[in-house]
Amino acid sequence: MINSSLKQLGEMLQAKKISSVELTQTFLDRIQQYNPSINAYISLDETKTLAQAKAADARIAAGNVAPLTGIPIAQKDIFCAKGWQTTCGSKMLANFIAPYDAHIITQFDAAGAVNLGKTNMDEFAMGSSNETSYFGGVKNPWSFDRVPGGSSGGSAAAVAARLCAAATGTDTGGSIRQPASLCGFTGLKPTYGAVSRFGMIAFASSLDQAGPMAKSAEDCALMMNVMAGFDERDSTSLNREKEDYTRDLAKPLQGLKVGLPKEYFSEGLDADVGKVIEAAIAEYKKLGAEIIDISLPNTGLSIPVYYVLAPAEASSNLSRYDGVRYGHRAAEYTDLMDMYNKSRAEGFGAEVKRRILIGTYVLSAGYYDAYYLKAQQIRRLIAQDFVEAFKKCDVIMGPAAPSTAFKAGEKVDDPVAMYLQDIYTISTNLAGLPGMSIPAGFAQSDDGVSLPVGLQIIGNYFDEARMLNVAHQYQQVTDWHTRMPAGLE
Amino acid sequence: MALSIEDIKKVAHLARIEVSESDAAATLTKLTGILSLIEQMQAVDTTGIEPMSHSQDLSQRLRDDVVTKANLREEFQKNAPALGNGSAEPAVAGGLYLVPKVIE
Amino acid sequence: MEWEVVIGLETHTQLKTNTKIFSGASIKYGAEPNTQACEVSIALPGVLPVLNKEAVQCAIKFGLAINAHIAPRSVFARKNYFYPDLPKGYQISQFELPVVGKGAVTMQVPAVGKNAAYEKVVNITRAHLEEDAGKSVHGAVEGMSGIDLNRAGTPLLEIVTEPDMRSAAEAVAYAKKLHELVQWIGICDGNMQEGSFRCDVNVSVRPKGTEKLGTRREIKNLNSFKFMTQAIEYETRWQIETLEDGGTIQQATVLFNPDTGETKAMRSKEEANDYRYFPDPDLLPLVISEADKDAVRAKMPELPEAMKARFEAQYALSSYDANALTTSRDLANYFVATVDAGADAKQAANWIMGALTAKLNETGIDISKSNISSLALASLLKRLQDGTLANNGAKVAFEEMWTSLSASAISTVTITASLSFIDEIIAAKGLKQESDSGAIEAIIDEVLAANAAMVEEFKAGKEKAFNALVGQAMKASKGKANPAQVNDILKKKLS
Repeated sequence: MINSSLKQLGEMLQAKKISSVELTQTFLDRIQQYNPSINAYISLDETKTLAQAKAADARIAAGNVAPLTGIPIAQKDIFCAKGWQTTCGSKMLANFIAPYDAHIITQFDAAGAVNLGKTNMDEFAMGSSNETSYFGGVKNPWSFDRVPGGSSGGSAAAVAARLCAAATGTDTGGSIRQPASLCGFTGLKPTYGAVSRFGMIAFASSLDQAGPMAKSAEDCALMMNVMAGFDERDSTSLNREKEDYTRDLAKPLQGLKVGLPKEYFSEGLDADVGKVIEAAIAEYKKLGAEIIDISLPNTGLSIPVYYVLAPAEASSNLSRYDGVRYGHRAAEYTDLMDMYNKSRAEGFGAEVKRRILIGTYVLSAGYYDAYYLKAQQIRRLIAQDFVEAFKKCDVIMGPAAPSTAFKAGEKVDDPVAMYLQDIYTISTNLAGLPGMSIPAGFAQSDDGVSLPVGLQIIGNYFDEARMLNVAHQYQQVTDWHTRMPAGLE
Repeated sequence: MALSIEDIKKVAHLARIEVSESDAAATLTKLTGILSLIEQMQAVDTTGIEPMSHSQDLSQRLRDDVVTKANLREEFQKNAPALGNGSAEPAVAGGLYLVPKVIE
Repeated sequence: MEWEVVIGLETHTQLKTNTKIFSGASIKYGAEPNTQACEVSIALPGVLPVLNKEAVQCAIKFGLAINAHIAPRSVFARKNYFYPDLPKGYQISQFELPVVGKGAVTMQVPAVGKNAAYEKVVNITRAHLEEDAGKSVHGAVEGMSGIDLNRAGTPLLEIVTEPDMRSAAEAVAYAKKLHELVQWIGICDGNMQEGSFRCDVNVSVRPKGTEKLGTRREIKNLNSFKFMTQAIEYETRWQIETLEDGGTIQQATVLFNPDTGETKAMRSKEEANDYRYFPDPDLLPLVISEADKDAVRAKMPELPEAMKARFEAQYALSSYDANALTTSRDLANYFVATVDAGADAKQAANWIMGALTAKLNETGIDISKSNISSLALASLLKRLQDGTLANNGAKVAFEEMWTSLSASAISTVTITASLSFIDEIIAAKGLKQESDSGAIEAIIDEVLAANAAMVEEFKAGKEKAFNALVGQAMKASKGKANPAQVNDILKKKLS
């Protein structure tokens, strides 16, 4: 049952072969068994969760079902969910009980899905290893001494270890796709604006985008049907007609033009990862795809641009955490200034503080033009690279991350090395394009561990249905996405 | 544009984050590394390129001027932090959020 | 050395909307603390701003009213600083691209002492939309400040002038004109006590005849015109004295203390402000099309300048009168209604600006709620015009009407009813003017008999004596005699 697809689970629930309470309890039991070692969840609330499961069962009994009714979903702890502790992985919000629901929480509730719990994450989504979480790192289910990736590391581990039927994540620079690659499952970052940001705690507003993390492309499509859609409470939400993301899953790929950017296969890419990606490309050829060499010449600049824009926005977005209305306030302080300085110094972790300081610096008087404005100009060049590329191809493929999962502690003291984890994912955030990572095989680590590798698929704006189709067809002829880590059965 | 300890202190002050002397030195090393990464941008000629703030070229949607928010003060103030300085009481009184005296 | 003061104003105009600029919370004044502070107002994690349409319409209205350039595309930016009444740690404002660009306001600077009144044009640099901050409340808890975020997010239009003003009188005349204008076009309630219209005044001085601007100090948050005059005059004197004593002026923000009448620099912030403005990524560019402007234009009332010109042409009023009658829409409407009800325009102007304004000021009643409605005044003026009332009698009748009428009672009646009402007063108080020439002749005969000396003086060439005799005749008639008839008859008798 834990390996069943969302579609299968839905059918079982509707056929009353299982109840939502039973299904939910199965996952809760697994969480109880494995979470102490994996640390995928920050908060659980069995009472609330089971109450939702009961309500879902009642809904099913009444015949009022939607595809995800009764299915337990893990929510990244970046989404406000009314009555739930919502921490964003930070000491700053360790005691914050959200008094309102994020848009996607409302959507899942309306669909009758069950909120299984809030998953661990890098603090305020800043990190690529989940090691910046105030609630401790998350283990990669494939190898416990390795990181799951980040920032959606808890959701990643929960999906990989089958501690949920599916999960949500957010992706500002690769936070869905890189963990999907490192933990071996399917994750989609939609077009910027496809999923409302209302109630999603902001890191870098112009880049943040929520998306599904699940076992297959089909599961992601079903999740997208719930998550995506116009929300008037988010000024950047795209006012488009609601679409069915499963509509094109079955389409054959004959004639599909796949662009391979040469910059994604150059130095910095682990050779074994490269081989897995090449094999996946070969599989696509068999499926009828035409492979086209393309170039995204400004790829290398995406990291510097990102590390100006994201910290700049973050430095401002995180100013609201001042210990006045909610969140951490220092226990002892002399005056207002001291209260601010101490509350924020204590409430934020090292990486968050670094990014706030960098962001404050690049926006400060005299530096704005050289950093922020320049970064915004290069952002346009990066976006234009994609415009040119999509004149030649339908989708772009490459690795999602330059390596397989690395060991905990390996990069934690070297921010720049950590930042390079996102070299293949960041530019799509800057352009606002959709991107996904799907399991494409395994590579051996130096110490002989077999670790998952993700193939990244980048699509044009609003082209998620096609990307899901491209991923789904691959998953019809491969079984990488069905593999699960040993010892967690 | 080399960073100095003074820059770190100035920026930390602007960001209202207390940084000790030893923290400042360690932060300086890390931020210098990050800034050298960022400096790669300076090699690019961006003359005449329109800055890009949003990925979609759209305009702001406008909301009708209708009251939609109810009073949720009690609900919101349940999240008020503890007052501090020996008091575990929430930092609210008479519906107001309490902070150390604001001097103008 | 002769000094010249240079003044520019920044005015925070609270827009007359129902809700906040970026959320659906009410902005009604005077609510219990934080009961109008929604999740956006208190900046909970994850909340987002959505722009209020009405606030944008207000900005467009203002732009049209001052003939300004209205930006087809303007951008909201974040102004970053920490303050407890600023819950997000930044204020959403407009920085590089404001919604309203260059425009101008024309006003009359009133006569002061021997200086005659004159017209002055103040150039507007820009006007931009932004959100207000909350309020800090002191004294609720010992040693602490209380934060009320009801006001946080209230829409403001900040209107910035060029440093075009050269005296406190000019600055106040501009502020008053702006105050009238924003109420006229209905974008602000103008309530200065409640902070709906707050002025920051930048003051600098320079030797007369020089070009270079002196260092300015900014007087913050003036909420009355009286204080504005006092503050600018004090600040100007202080700056001149400082410079003449060999000192220098440091750029500073100062507060005016109404108790001492002095301005004083705020406790200097230990760093220069570094607001780190950048475009707010949560908001998209505000786009205003020609059609949007046309739609607002169609709903605009006739502007005071246009109305003033029309009054001069249509009613043959002097520029002064026309200007005075167009200081508020209610006043102008009252005038038009009075004339439409049959009153003579010039007479209506005189009475409205004279007796009525005095009465309204004395009682603190707004013209829209005046005891004497425009119809009632028109009926009074008709009786003055047709000779039933003399000036004195009209004044008495006016007083009588004021005390016996309530606005609600008279506002519903017709001109016919108003006329019968004034006629009742005239009858009851015996105010009817004496126009029977026989009766007047009899009075004059008595006066001439009793004042033989004056008659002699007049005949000896003293013109003044004639006026004295008229006065005596009027007095003898208890003010009821028709003055024109008295004049005529007296002239005949003395020739």
